[in-house]
Amino acid sequence: MTDRALRVVRAGALTTVQDRGRPGHAHLGVPRSGALDAPAAALVNRLVGNPPEAAVLETTLTGCALRPRCTVTVAVGGAPCPVTVDGRPVAWGAPVHVPAGALLDVGAVTAGVRSYVAVSGGIAVEPVLGSRSTDLLSGLGPPPLTDGMVLPLGRRTGPHARVDVAPQPSPPAELVLRVTLGPRDDWFTPRAVRVFTSHAFRVSPASNRIGLRTEGPALERARPGELPSEGMTLGAVQVPPDGRPVVFLPDHPTTGGYPVIAVVRTADLPALAQAVPGTPVRFVAVRRR
Amino acid sequence: MRTLPVGDDALLVEVASGEEAEALHAELLRRRAKGLLAAREIVPAARTVLLDGLADRDRVAAELSASDVPATASRARRVVEIPVRYDGPDLAEVAAHWGVAEHEVARIHAAADFRVAFCGFAPGFGYLTGLPPRYDVPRRATPRTAVPAGSVALAGPYTGIYPRSSPGGWQLIGTTDVVLWDHTREPAALLTPGTRVRFVPVSGP
Repeated sequence: MTDRALRVVRAGALTTVQDRGRPGHAHLGVPRSGALDAPAAALVNRLVGNPPEAAVLETTLTGCALRPRCTVTVAVGGAPCPVTVDGRPVAWGAPVHVPAGALLDVGAVTAGVRSYVAVSGGIAVEPVLGSRSTDLLSGLGPPPLTDGMVLPLGRRTGPHARVDVAPQPSPPAELVLRVTLGPRDDWFTPRAVRVFTSHAFRVSPASNRIGLRTEGPALERARPGELPSEGMTLGAVQVPPDGRPVVFLPDHPTTGGYPVIAVVRTADLPALAQAVPGTPVRFVAVRRR
Repeated sequence: MRTLPVGDDALLVEVASGEEAEALHAELLRRRAKGLLAAREIVPAARTVLLDGLADRDRVAAELSASDVPATASRARRVVEIPVRYDGPDLAEVAAHWGVAEHEVARIHAAADFRVAFCGFAPGFGYLTGLPPRYDVPRRATPRTAVPAGSVALAGPYTGIYPRSSPGGWQLIGTTDVVLWDHTREPAALLTPGTRVRFVPVSGP
């Protein structure tokens, strides 16, 4: 085996390989997938000198530990966490030199949910439909990391960035999500639409890469039954029969039969990746652009 | 035809029937191939086509409203034949819904001309239409936790084939060895929207 690889020493609660996803195949039932906090993934790639399409690791709450077989530059961003190399603390949010055989430990988050780990050369697992992303809905792409797994690395392409620490947004204490109503807001009572855009919801612990589930008031339907299945978009706020809105994230199903009351502005979606269960959520209706 | 804006840059185009949705989908693919439409995703469904990733949604909506889309798509597409063993565990239940003898289910199902109306649920899972409405069946009251790959199944007006083992609530009438999804193949899905399908009964394992 080539020495451009790293061994997973501690996989963590849920660590997946992610890049910019595989858009363009929704008509075949293929979710777009890709990093939930896309700006964080792009930033850590930039810090280690990778192109924006390079694959990174996305951790969930408990981090991961990796032992590269060759000397690499890494950067950890997204949710803040302690980072060590062979037990010595190193910078979070900055390029870090990791010698061959050293242990990189990405610790549990101190805020937020998902940290991103870029390694110079990128994670070079075999792409599926043009992407290396793990898709947890359909099982495309590499499986989530397990202890002992060996991940291939690509060739380093550029020098790492010359910065000490790159600024990154703090994980949100409250999610204020701008939404445009529709396409199926007429499936709800006027009162339900008012409740949706004025009451506080909370992030449910049942949230995942498929959708951010909410707890709070149930939204009342103006009509019963299901829609004939229709195409779904990233950020769609679907309301299942229990009346609790679900915001679709990158592993969302491509078609669905529950009505979409509104769609979250694309620019507001990265914050959802970092919202811990219990975080207050408010949906604010804005005019269509 | 009705156009509904969706989020920042998507448009849901709603039509009156599955036939119209198929024709609209074919027309939108034709426009994209000719460079007349720039969309990241064109997703057909039961009564709609979703256009996602539009640079100029308002212009696309106006063009669609002003243009004629044929009510039916041309039928000159390839036909995929699917060999099926009609040995599913829900044959008796489906026969009871249809009011026919159990062995009649295979004959009726294999006599229909199907088309892939749309995909969803899983990569390569096609929603096939073609049975007359009197053969609609409900989903199972309790979904199975694991439906084997290759299961041929019915729900509502649709026939589907499970590309891989997954939970599912459809009524299972048969099994096929055909590979529905292979990401090293182009296209990866055997059943793409618009494809014609015939089921061919075979016996034995």
